Amino acid sequence: MNNIFTDNIKTIEFDSLIIGGGGSGMRASLELAKSGLKTAVVSKVFPTRSHTVSAQGGITCAIASADPNDDWRWHMYDTVKGADFIGDQDAIEYLCSEGPKAVFELEHMGLPFSRFENGRIYQRPFGGQSKDFGKGGQAARTCAAADRTGHALLHTLYQNNVKEGTNFLNEWFAVDLVKNAKDEVTGVIAFSIENGEVAYLKAQATVLATGGAGRIYASTTNALINTGDGLAMALRAGFPAQDMEMWQFHPTGIYGAGSLVTEGCRGEGGYLINKDGERFMERYAPNVKDLAGRDVVARSMVLEILEGRGCGEKNDHIFLKLDHLGADVLNSKLPGICELSRTFAHVDPVYEPIPVVPTCHYMMGGTPTNVNGQAFTRENGVDELIPGLFSAGEAACVSVHGANRLGGNSLLDLVVFGRATGMHIQKELKSGGGVDSATRSDIKKSLERLNALNDSTDGYDPAEVKRELQECMQNYFGVFRRGEFMKKGLDQLSEIKEKVDNLHLKDKSDAFNTSRVEAIELQNLFEVAEATAVSAYQRNESRGAHARDDFPDRDDENWLCHTIFDPKTKEVSKRGVNFEPSKVEAFPPKVRTY
Amino acid sequence: MFGKKLQVSLYRYNPEEDKFPYMKKYTIDKPERDIMVLDLLHLLKEQDQSVSYRRSCREGVCGSDGMNINGKNGLACITPISSVIKRNKIELRPLPGLPVIRDLVVDMTEFYAQYEKIKPFLQNETTAPEQERLQSPEERDKLDGLYECILCACCSTSCPSFWWNPDKFVGPAALLQAYRFLADSRDLKTEERLDALSDPFSVYRCHGIMNCVNVCPKGLNPNKAIGEIKSMLHKNKKDIIASDRI
Repeated sequence: MNNIFTDNIKTIEFDSLIIGGGGSGMRASLELAKSGLKTAVVSKVFPTRSHTVSAQGGITCAIASADPNDDWRWHMYDTVKGADFIGDQDAIEYLCSEGPKAVFELEHMGLPFSRFENGRIYQRPFGGQSKDFGKGGQAARTCAAADRTGHALLHTLYQNNVKEGTNFLNEWFAVDLVKNAKDEVTGVIAFSIENGEVAYLKAQATVLATGGAGRIYASTTNALINTGDGLAMALRAGFPAQDMEMWQFHPTGIYGAGSLVTEGCRGEGGYLINKDGERFMERYAPNVKDLAGRDVVARSMVLEILEGRGCGEKNDHIFLKLDHLGADVLNSKLPGICELSRTFAHVDPVYEPIPVVPTCHYMMGGTPTNVNGQAFTRENGVDELIPGLFSAGEAACVSVHGANRLGGNSLLDLVVFGRATGMHIQKELKSGGGVDSATRSDIKKSLERLNALNDSTDGYDPAEVKRELQECMQNYFGVFRRGEFMKKGLDQLSEIKEKVDNLHLKDKSDAFNTSRVEAIELQNLFEVAEATAVSAYQRNESRGAHARDDFPDRDDENWLCHTIFDPKTKEVSKRGVNFEPSKVEAFPPKVRTY
Repeated sequence: MFGKKLQVSLYRYNPEEDKFPYMKKYTIDKPERDIMVLDLLHLLKEQDQSVSYRRSCREGVCGSDGMNINGKNGLACITPISSVIKRNKIELRPLPGLPVIRDLVVDMTEFYAQYEKIKPFLQNETTAPEQERLQSPEERDKLDGLYECILCACCSTSCPSFWWNPDKFVGPAALLQAYRFLADSRDLKTEERLDALSDPFSVYRCHGIMNCVNVCPKGLNPNKAIGEIKSMLHKNKKDIIASDRI
């Protein structure tokens, strides 16, 4: 790939452009393709290889199948509480009340949900679920296709996009956003991984649906492709990120391998034990035990390990016991888990417990958006919409998960807000909305990073720098955090920054050059890591997934708010939480116990 | 010393530099613990940035890293090297039968085209109910062993009939999906689906060689699904003949 000049760059024009071919991207594209707008999905992998495919346990939604009296308001209550009260209640209300429609649509599209005897969709209990606003005991609200719900959902969405004739730019990599003089987003610079062709993909609406960035940590359940590309593009373009300190550590990643073991295991009756065989969650969450919020369970596990009650030779993990459920339940309800456990833990859950450890799983933060998927920036403490820019799914922070996401809510988030974003763009573009064109010099700016990498003649080895970055985040910004350690981490990050800015791309070839892709991904990971570190260092309290040794309590007086990271100043400001749902009374903050 | 080193023979081809593909030998220290073939490729790539392969989930559910490992197709991320090493050697080649883009990366256009050809989506034009369409657990059970396909192409690219007629024979992967929709109680286009498969090539080029079953990393059985389609086709034909007589 030679240096790309604006004179020789090819322009391909669309009405709307979706960056990312996972669940939220393909739900948005489906809506747009049906509307007749010229839409393209840009995906760095063939869409069914996106990380949504790895979701296991299900999609949480009050469809009133397991319990005919179930109510979306109860789901809303659980989600607000799970979020430790910094989820926006207008967005959570939209998520939970629109959810059933979105789930039934998926079923109509062909998603092979498991079924109850009466023919309705199978639902299983998940952590943090209750009936009657926490007063009616455990609910079973997670709709499942065995333990392969994400796979079933992603393939169903791809299939329906094929049906509707969506354009796919598969194995194309989006590098940077293009902005015009008014700071409106007019598309992206992208290249074909297959042959190195670079193009300006011009659009009236650009949707960042690039998922999470779990690969900023050394140990994660996330796919290798989860490098936060969309969020990083937005940050580089000067747009903010919200709640970046909030990273979910899933209680049950397979020890040593990182692969996810669904919370559905505990929903079906499995539980965690320490080296003494004690079901220790009874001490930490006497009421719901192993089905407390993920943040609560993960912290309890780490405490057990720190206090010397971990399992194995090094006392450094916990066991997930499933054998008492019997081979029949395991083979019919959790077949994928049995397979993963045999492959990666060399353990057959029918007979032996699975060694597990809390593992980075989900990014609650992201590009801030409203319920229409419209991205915004902050001007003098007020939300200012960014014309042309949208985001949905894990890449976005709308925010329905606040400080801690409930299991099964991510799949619901991506279909509900992927759909909402598609509907909004359709409305906006059909009523004459759109953005001005970018000039040559605007486009040139967005080519700088790619050109610099292609011109590099010496510098640092991307593989080594990536390892350094991941170790730093793992050591200083993990399950438990402390100011003095985070300070060290921040210092280390500024050293890493120097290296990330001076990477050496040895292989300059055009045909399927994965080294180029990985170097750009590393730069993206750094943007996300930096936003995470700075935000975590600022929030002087413990809330949800953000647990500070030095500030162990929740501090509603000062921190019942979102954090907004400004990439231009590298500073963090506060943004109010929405407490104004339209159909129900707001749920006021209270002490969060399980 | 014998046993400490591992020899990897890797298929290399970069269209910008190489006139022909060739096998390149790498020697690496044998890892202390058993690792997956994908981990091995990561180690090679650290030595030599130019090595190219696809990968994503690294846990056997996304289907990116299908390749030919010591002569047999499989997913690199869930194949432990201990299960494939022969005399301290591993040979890695791209999936056979498809054009090579670079190294282990093949052009899957033809494979995806066959998938699209079978109309891989539920067809039911009746007005949808407000809630879900009902399906009994027994009806749903019929989809097990079918819907789990990850489109890795290990089966179709191990099938001699697919090598021979990749444009006309639908191939095991797409036929498995064809049957997934034929078997779905909610799909109403059974007859149209069967008609589209009734020519001499689409299904009937399957001669029961069973390579597909042998290599499927998800333990699925495309051959059985193809058998089911064949009996549906026979039954359909008989029904048509019978109705002609009336």
